[in-house]
Amino acid sequence: MRQTITCIACPLGCRVEVEEKSQGEKKYLISGHKCIRGEKYAIEEITNPTRVLTYTVKIRNANLSRLPIKTDGVIAKGLLFSCIEEIDKIELQAPIRIGDVIIENVLNTGVDIVASRSMNAIKI
Amino acid sequence: MYNYDIVVVGGGPAGLAAAIEARKNGVRNILVVERDRELGGILNQCIHNGFGLHIFKEELTGPEYAERFIDEFHRLEIEYKLDTMVLNITEDKTMKLVSSEYGLMHVKAKAIILAMGCRERTRGAINIPGTRPAGIFSAGTAQRFVNMEGYMPGKKVVILGSGDIGLIMARTMVWEGAKVSAVVELMPYSGGLTRNIVQCLEDFDIPLLLNHTIINIKGDERLEGVTVAEVDSSKKAIKSTEKFFECDTLLLSVGLIPENELSINAGIELDRKTGGAVVNESMETSVAGIFACGNVLHVHDLVDWVTEESRKTGKSAAKYVYEQPSEGGRTIETIAEEGISYIVPHEIRTKKVEDKIDIYLRVDNIYEDVILLIKTDSKIIKRIKKKHLAPGEMESVSISIEDIISGGAKLTVEIEKGGQ
Ligand SMILES: Cc1cc2nc3c(=O)[nH]c(=O)nc-3n(C[C@H](O)[C@H](O)[C@H](O)COP(=O)(O)OP(=O)(O)OC[C@H]3O[C@@H](n4cnc5c(N)ncnc54)[C@H](O)[C@@H]3O)c2cc1C
Ligand code: SF4
Repeated sequence: MRQTITCIACPLGCRVEVEEKSQGEKKYLISGHKCIRGEKYAIEEITNPTRVLTYTVKIRNANLSRLPIKTDGVIAKGLLFSCIEEIDKIELQAPIRIGDVIIENVLNTGVDIVASRSMNAIKI
Repeated sequence: MYNYDIVVVGGGPAGLAAAIEARKNGVRNILVVERDRELGGILNQCIHNGFGLHIFKEELTGPEYAERFIDEFHRLEIEYKLDTMVLNITEDKTMKLVSSEYGLMHVKAKAIILAMGCRERTRGAINIPGTRPAGIFSAGTAQRFVNMEGYMPGKKVVILGSGDIGLIMARTMVWEGAKVSAVVELMPYSGGLTRNIVQCLEDFDIPLLLNHTIINIKGDERLEGVTVAEVDSSKKAIKSTEKFFECDTLLLSVGLIPENELSINAGIELDRKTGGAVVNESMETSVAGIFACGNVLHVHDLVDWVTEESRKTGKSAAKYVYEQPSEGGRTIETIAEEGISYIVPHEIRTKKVEDKIDIYLRVDNIYEDVILLIKTDSKIIKRIKKKHLAPGEMESVSISIEDIISGGAKLTVEIEKGGQ
């Protein structure tokens, strides 16, 4: 199988061709990359692509109605939408401090969802 | 009339960094004026990560980056007013402010730092023909709605413009449950980072239509769709390539303009290319004692550069307040030659630079394997090999003052093609 991966490790953005081989010493035949980082990135992107999710969660009792959150590390790309579904189930109450854990070990990834800003409660 | 040593207009990353640095350089009597209800500026809505690699050596989201500066700002107990807008500035540095809490105020400052940021170009500014239904937003407005106010602009989206804000909004809309049919870009290349093209478009199979534009908008009350066409080399739409995209939402990400109405009223000279003030090495404008930094000076793509530039500005303003005016030395003009669209600062006074000066510049096209040539008059002082240069990526070059002093009255930057 042949796949083309755009390397994002630097602004050049090489189009790296990856061909999976059925036999031989090396499992992948790689071309189009201008440096070694491209090779590493392309293999990772084919075997186990990961992403950071930055998203928002509903919040009450604050001046804004959404609190920004992020995964405190990378998660498998294939889990992004399931992760969003988990977050959409939640509604928080202000106050929240930056770094507060919103969901622990989301979808058993070992990664937490944390608040990426502080938000005070509305003063009454 | 209230009196301050320094008044900073705008509490975004530029205003915060400038105020913090001025305080650290001994200025006690500082006021930061922000028209929004909180500090942090545009970063509050940029919830994605990628900020701070340069300044903090780690990847932060926009709000996290802002909060670090807001915390430091509060620790230093710098005075600020929220929900307060600067309405007018005069050349003698008196300012008119209005706020919901205090009404109209008059303020006199020894020095002013302009840090008002930029605003987005709107549809009117680029003139797409067709009707004017609801459902057309600037990408930044949509970003604020979605990420802060929890309001979803629509379900089926087309985006015009492939700079980073457009790309990031494509992914945001998908994550929020909308369908993004296409990102349309007039130029033959995207103005955004490769990482954003991959992670915001390719990850979701969103087509990026380069060399394309929107030639018509359809819809009575609500947007029903847009007609997209390919353009020829003179940017004219090719009739036979027209294609209709059904959508209820069009996001415009067609550029940013520094917000300089206040500067114009104060009689500050602007650079037509950057849309911001003409400044010297101290980030001082043509009006003595009025400084500018951040997006109001020139549009930055990386907030890290905003911070660096604004720290320098805060320090210069502190010097202006405390030090006797001193002789500036020779004035060297910076000139953008072949391939360079602009350089900031515009002037360098030799006696005002300690050991080196950082200049910021943008190129006018995509270049690969070229040399950035820095000259004073005809003498070459620096040759920098560049694998890749793009208009979307600001470059910063550090030049030693020795090199500048030993040269002539002009510092030029150009691209030497085919060089190795
Ligand atoms: C929609 C959008 C998205 C962006 N996304 C990114 C991104 O993803 N990554 C990145 O690195 N950069 C991004 N940028 C660039 C970003 O603007 C800069 O990195 C940085 O925020 C600029 O800081 P600033 O302080 O100059 O401007 P701003 O952050 O815009 O702050 C200016 C502040 O001044 C206030 N103000 C303006 N006029 C007045 C007045 N008359 N009186 C009182 N207050 C006033 C405004 O309310 C605002 O808070 C984005 C810009 C925009 C417009
Ligand atoms: S392969 Fe190397 S040169 Fe090419 S984009 Fe990746 S990191 Fe950059």
